[in-house]
Amino acid sequence: MNRLAHGSARGAQTLERAAARGRSLWDDARARLFRNRAALAGMATLALLALAAVIGPHLAPFAYDEVRKDDVWLPPLTGGHLLGADALGRDLLARLLMGLRVSLAIGLVATAVSLMIGVAWGATAGFVGGRTDETMMRVVDVLYSLPFIFFVILLMVTFGSNLILMFLAIGAVEWLTMSRIVRGQTLTLKQKEFVEAARAAGLSNGAIIARHIVPNLLGPVVVYVTLTIPAVILAESFLSFLGLGVQPPMASLGGLIADGAQQMEIAPWLLIFPSAAMILTLLSFNFIGDGLRDAIDPKDR
Amino acid sequence: MLSFIGRRLLVAIPTVFLVVTLAFFMMRAAPGGPFDMDRKLPPEIEQNVLARYGMNRPLPEQYLSYLAGVAHGDLGPSLKYKDKSVLDVLKENAPISLRLGALAISLALVVGVSLGVFAAARQNGPGDHLVMSVAVLGVCIPTFVTAPLLVLAFASELGWLPSGGWNDGAWRNLVLPVIVLALPQIAVISRLTRAGMIEVLRSNYIRTARAKGLPEHRVILRHALRAAILPLVSYLGPACAGLLTGSLVVERIFNLPGLGRFFVVSALQRDYTVVMGMVIVYAALILVLNLIADLVHAALDPRVRLS
Repeated sequence: MNRLAHGSARGAQTLERAAARGRSLWDDARARLFRNRAALAGMATLALLALAAVIGPHLAPFAYDEVRKDDVWLPPLTGGHLLGADALGRDLLARLLMGLRVSLAIGLVATAVSLMIGVAWGATAGFVGGRTDETMMRVVDVLYSLPFIFFVILLMVTFGSNLILMFLAIGAVEWLTMSRIVRGQTLTLKQKEFVEAARAAGLSNGAIIARHIVPNLLGPVVVYVTLTIPAVILAESFLSFLGLGVQPPMASLGGLIADGAQQMEIAPWLLIFPSAAMILTLLSFNFIGDGLRDAIDPKDR
Repeated sequence: MLSFIGRRLLVAIPTVFLVVTLAFFMMRAAPGGPFDMDRKLPPEIEQNVLARYGMNRPLPEQYLSYLAGVAHGDLGPSLKYKDKSVLDVLKENAPISLRLGALAISLALVVGVSLGVFAAARQNGPGDHLVMSVAVLGVCIPTFVTAPLLVLAFASELGWLPSGGWNDGAWRNLVLPVIVLALPQIAVISRLTRAGMIEVLRSNYIRTARAKGLPEHRVILRHALRAAILPLVSYLGPACAGLLTGSLVVERIFNLPGLGRFFVVSALQRDYTVVMGMVIVYAALILVLNLIADLVHAALDPRVRLS
């Protein structure tokens, strides 16, 4: 008895030492992420873009909606306009920074909406299982087969172009895939011993989902979030391009591109700079998403 | 198999019902109506016009009679194009969109699968990296950026191709729209093909095929490709949904008289019946394509049982 206790104490000591030297899965993932040059470049670019979006509009020499009759269609690097001016003589740089801010904000907020709905829905369906699961996922199936972009267009036509509504509409559509991913993960997680232990300890279903299931879903959810943000930015730009999204004089990347496309023969810079900003943003997110996926789930490398 | 199709069609009915219901009430909730003019109609005439289209009845009643019409394949008259039914409008515009879509998906499949196989056969080589970088770009650059840029380059600057218009479907007018529609699909398809191919190339039966001395191109094209393109089949549904979305932009930029262009215009003009007809057609199209994708998937993969 005494010897046994002594032995297990020694075992615990070695375990402790191993833990002190060892690295967690997350450390490994971080190391892999920082070795991935494309992901690093994506993160750096995105940090710069975000910084520009946040403080840029305050530093720009012109306001984004300042109309200057003398500056109409001034090419880049003339008249103090670094990136030129548009058909109303508004500074493109200022508008671009503002558009970047609007597009990034929409991306973040709508993704947060889809994250909340998707995780709650998927975790509940997967965890409760049975008929509830069947019904909840059937709802997702039906919504999946709706031509969603048409409904978003109808929604924008119906209620006018309103930013909050756009957040909600896009977020409400993007949660479907999220809920499927989360449900699949939950199904495997709920077989794990720690869930059984939590149940044996008398936790309610809600508490188990919130405290034990959701934190363990983090990996795939983070990856999917970084891929949802560009999808949302794309959706918003698409709507703005059709003239249904953000309304002038407010700018968004899609609106600026639409504007530029109409005047590209007179003022190609109005198309080229916003397009470049758009591509750069989307590329960064995609590189980060791919890098995160490889880092968290390295089996496909 | 027949019972599988039957059951899927049974699930499709509530979906279409939901589509019709949502579209109907969203359209009616929109401010304004199809008969709003710059100059207001005298109330008596407006009443007559509304009565002519049955729009003076209570909304639930209109909804039920519209549902009954749809169930009989009658989508009603257009409210903006006099003397035309919604079916007439669809018949005029749908072939243009379908032709664009079919050409684009064919192009995307041929080019995407070839690129994917090429990249997988040279995994981690320079050719692979090049193809995959281009694919990432293709995923990231939206149609509303590629379309104006290509017009700027090939129509305005070089003058090789027209910048828009249908011109009875002359091939020169089709080149740019089809390429713009196909590009994002090429990117996704090549990535899917490469991933599927790489996984299949590691499997035992490929080793067997190589061990018995088959030439590499035969191993890849006859044995590996068949299994590798399975994920593609399930992608067919989403791909077509992507094409539909793309057609909204492409038909606008290239000024093509297809469904996508009419949809936005009709929604803004509050042509209720035309908008709902188009939503129904699109939803039905997606449902049918998903069903076909499942059937093809089952036919190609003996492990899949339709149940």
